[in-house]
Amino acid sequence: MHEMSITQSVVEAIAGKLGDAKVTSVRLEIGRLSGVVPDSVRFCFDVLCAGTTLEGARLDIDEPPGRARCRDCGAEFGADDFILLCPCSSANVEVLGGRELRIRSVEVA
Amino acid sequence: MCDTCGCSDHTGVRITDDTRTVVLEQDILAKNDQLAEHNRGHLRAQDVFAVNLMSSPGAGKTTLVERTISGVDLPFAVVEGDQETLLDAERIKATGAPVVQINTGAGCHLDASMLHRALHELSPARGSVLFVENVGNLVCPALFDLGEAARVVILSVTEGPGKPLKYPHMFSATDLVLLNKIDLLPYVDFDVDEFARDTYRVNPEARILQISATRGDGLEAWYSWLRTHSALPMPGT
Repeated sequence: MHEMSITQSVVEAIAGKLGDAKVTSVRLEIGRLSGVVPDSVRFCFDVLCAGTTLEGARLDIDEPPGRARCRDCGAEFGADDFILLCPCSSANVEVLGGRELRIRSVEVA
Repeated sequence: MCDTCGCSDHTGVRITDDTRTVVLEQDILAKNDQLAEHNRGHLRAQDVFAVNLMSSPGAGKTTLVERTISGVDLPFAVVEGDQETLLDAERIKATGAPVVQINTGAGCHLDASMLHRALHELSPARGSVLFVENVGNLVCPALFDLGEAARVVILSVTEGPGKPLKYPHMFSATDLVLLNKIDLLPYVDFDVDEFARDTYRVNPEARILQISATRGDGLEAWYSWLRTHSALPMPGT
């Protein structure tokens, strides 16, 4: 359940940046290849925000899809499964997107 | 926390007037990653080769560490990570190597700040090999950079097939895979070739060594890997 400490980092980073401002919503980016489960983050978020300036804030999560490029044949392909195999069957691929794990923005009251 | 590692965070805060939206664009793991870089710089300056050892509980991490300390003529230091107890630290203490136990309580992995505190307590000797034995778990430790120079995953043959495909993050982020307890291969249903194929599917660069930490099979290759990699100049030196 690393989502608990990931979410704790989110809450601490936002509270650290915004001080006493009341936060009404938070937008995160959690790529499909990041290894972090958005539903678990949602669960932890409500628990960890209680009693902070983020209490009651809405959580929006963008989930950018995985993209990879094959180093053998050069093809680019979508890859939401972590077992990255090019359609040409090569496993020698480079991840282009999907590993994002970012706090994008927050709205304050 | 020491003076040098306070996280200076350069992310800009912009307030767009009408919406009251504050754009942060900040990596969620930024704080951990900054501390990990701090640890890495400190270890590099001390010429300490840090290995992050990860596996399921019971795969043989502590036994491997004990055996390696007595089998290799290098100075060692050890950080033990477990949810509770000093049991593993006591085993390492018996080898004579300096050791610090981190108890994570409810936590399921080590992070860079835990290692940072442990390093202050441990002060590994210049030129030593530091084993960081992570909490037994094939999921969470994969995501947290500690500042190590190398990652090693241990899997024992008794854990059954398919683990690299079931836990791809762990196997894709490692430099070396140690397949342990190979002395038990005659008694369990484990196909070594299939395991290697699965590992290469998630990590084409991985190196796999077959060992038995209790009986000693294959350990010379592991020792040799350790001697070679600990003697290499670390990136950035």
